[in-house]
Amino acid sequence: MGDALGEGFIRRLFNRWTLFAAMAALVAVVLENNYYLSLLNFIGIHAILVVGLNLLMGYGGQISLGHAAFFGLGAYTSGILTASYGVNPWLALIAGLIVCGIAAFLIGVPALKLHGYYLAMATLGFGIIVYIVLNEALPWTGGPSGLSGIPSLSLGGLKLDTPWRLYFLIWLTVWAILLISANLVDSRTGRALRALHDSEAAARSLGVDTARLKLQVFIWSALYASLAGSLYAHTLNFVAPASFGFMFSIKLVTMVVLGGMASIWGSLLGAAVLTVLPELLAVFHDYETIVFGAILMVVMIFLPRGLVRGILDLRELRKYKREGVR
Amino acid sequence: MLLDLQGISLSFGGVQALDDVSLSVPSGAIKAVIGPNGAGKTTLFNLVSGFLQPQEGRIFFKGEEIQGQPAHVLAARGIGRTFQLVQLFDHMTVLENVMVGCHRRGRAGLLAGALRLPWTFPEEKDIRRWAWEALEFVGLTNRAHHFAAVLPLGLKRLLEIARALAAQPTILLLDEPASGLDAVETERLRDMILALRDQGITILLVEHDMSLTMDVAEEIAVLNYGRLIADGPPRAIQKHPEVIAAYLGTDWQA
Ligand SMILES: Nc1ncnc2c1ncn2[C@@H]1O[C@H](COP(=O)(O)OP(=O)(O)OP(=O)(O)O)[C@@H](O)[C@H]1O
Ligand SMILES: [Mg+2]
Repeated sequence: MGDALGEGFIRRLFNRWTLFAAMAALVAVVLENNYYLSLLNFIGIHAILVVGLNLLMGYGGQISLGHAAFFGLGAYTSGILTASYGVNPWLALIAGLIVCGIAAFLIGVPALKLHGYYLAMATLGFGIIVYIVLNEALPWTGGPSGLSGIPSLSLGGLKLDTPWRLYFLIWLTVWAILLISANLVDSRTGRALRALHDSEAAARSLGVDTARLKLQVFIWSALYASLAGSLYAHTLNFVAPASFGFMFSIKLVTMVVLGGMASIWGSLLGAAVLTVLPELLAVFHDYETIVFGAILMVVMIFLPRGLVRGILDLRELRKYKREGVR
Repeated sequence: MLLDLQGISLSFGGVQALDDVSLSVPSGAIKAVIGPNGAGKTTLFNLVSGFLQPQEGRIFFKGEEIQGQPAHVLAARGIGRTFQLVQLFDHMTVLENVMVGCHRRGRAGLLAGALRLPWTFPEEKDIRRWAWEALEFVGLTNRAHHFAAVLPLGLKRLLEIARALAAQPTILLLDEPASGLDAVETERLRDMILALRDQGITILLVEHDMSLTMDVAEEIAVLNYGRLIADGPPRAIQKHPEVIAAYLGTDWQA
């Protein structure tokens, strides 16, 4: 407070959000290689999913084991409406959001009324059902071999059909999603959400309608997944059920846990690490399930607060050792 | 009467936690509920604050029947409480804990908060100010930015009170607020309870510290095995033979 107007303005200009945007822009200028750019695009899409799941899991303490299904619903709604019916991709994206919002509402209302792990069970079941439908509803989804011919998005006549162009759209979206998520966490509703995670009884005793709040956040995180799904469909121009199965839901949970529960920036890191590693290491292809399971276990045991917090903790510990514990 | 319980009964399986209990709390009073362990005091609080529903009987608050209403609705209507085992939001700061207490005084929803709509700024500022005032009342402003989990128990109890106050309760239920406090802290708690009463907040107190209870309470209700065995001013309670036999012992005979 009370600092000069100019100084305050400059400091506000150099916050983490502008730095992040500047770095992302710089990367686009430096990287011309399509392979790296499209890898970054997938990191971005995953980051959107993981931030949403983290709001639900890390902040709200509710577990979804079917997030891949919302991702898939978004992707297929966009894919089917644009490829088979010629709907404008932006409208299809909104349709995907509506479909996912309604689906989350229908699952959330009964599951969140019950306590404990009912949401985990309900979303697990939902994930399996969606996966089966995507495989079996041949006339619409194209079955196991997938749906092709999905057009690219375009902005003001510019077709977003190269990794470089998509990079801007996707990372602008990631930037916005991270920003609004950080805002949310630090808002009245976000505080109530974190409160409910620590003590549902205390939150209720202060007037927080915890059942409604859980439902809201569940729907909100499903919307992120749908958005990511639509971007995914228009990036690949092709979708197949294999990308939306139970294994992918588990991968998303692993990304949340690795990056750090209740950490917005950790979500970005978790998505990045677990998107890049499988590209580099062949073990991920051959022993996918085992490797992800092992990562989940090791992180839970040795870095229970995730990579970002874990590294900060280690630094703190070193500092203490240097200065001697007071 | 601000709060009126009529013929309340509740059993957990075989345990009759409350058995046909009727008691009332006048507006602006400090009333205490005492009794041995397992007498049903906390159960009574859970009923009044909407965490449990009575199997028999009716509860009136401000003249309206309230049983069947969920806890968060009753909180909004002015029933505040603390917990026997302190229930703080451990991963949030002391200030944020109290800001959650102001939940009902704000309106910003999920979308408004995520998009930081301009109209939420003054509200957010108000919430911060209200929370700060509640912290000032209990003397915790110097800890405002610490995580709640790291406070010593005495300060945790104070924080819980500040948080409940931030919700502007008409009646505040305090469940053993002095347990775990040292003599100095208990003295501060005593002053605080009296100050709250002077502000017009009705207090319902469960407490095992008899010197504190006898000191502040205007009326005392005594529970034993779920039954109300006495209800009256401290002097009468201290002389009540059944209360002496069941709970107080002879030390408290005046
Ligand atoms: N949720 C529950 N399920 C089963 N039994 C319960 C439950 N809550 C309380 N009881 C039982 O009801 C009785 C009254 O418990 P309550 O917690 O109200 O006692 P209390 O007067 O608060 O005791 P204390 O002074 O030890 O806090 C006890 O016998 C207790 O074991
Ligand atoms: Mg008790």
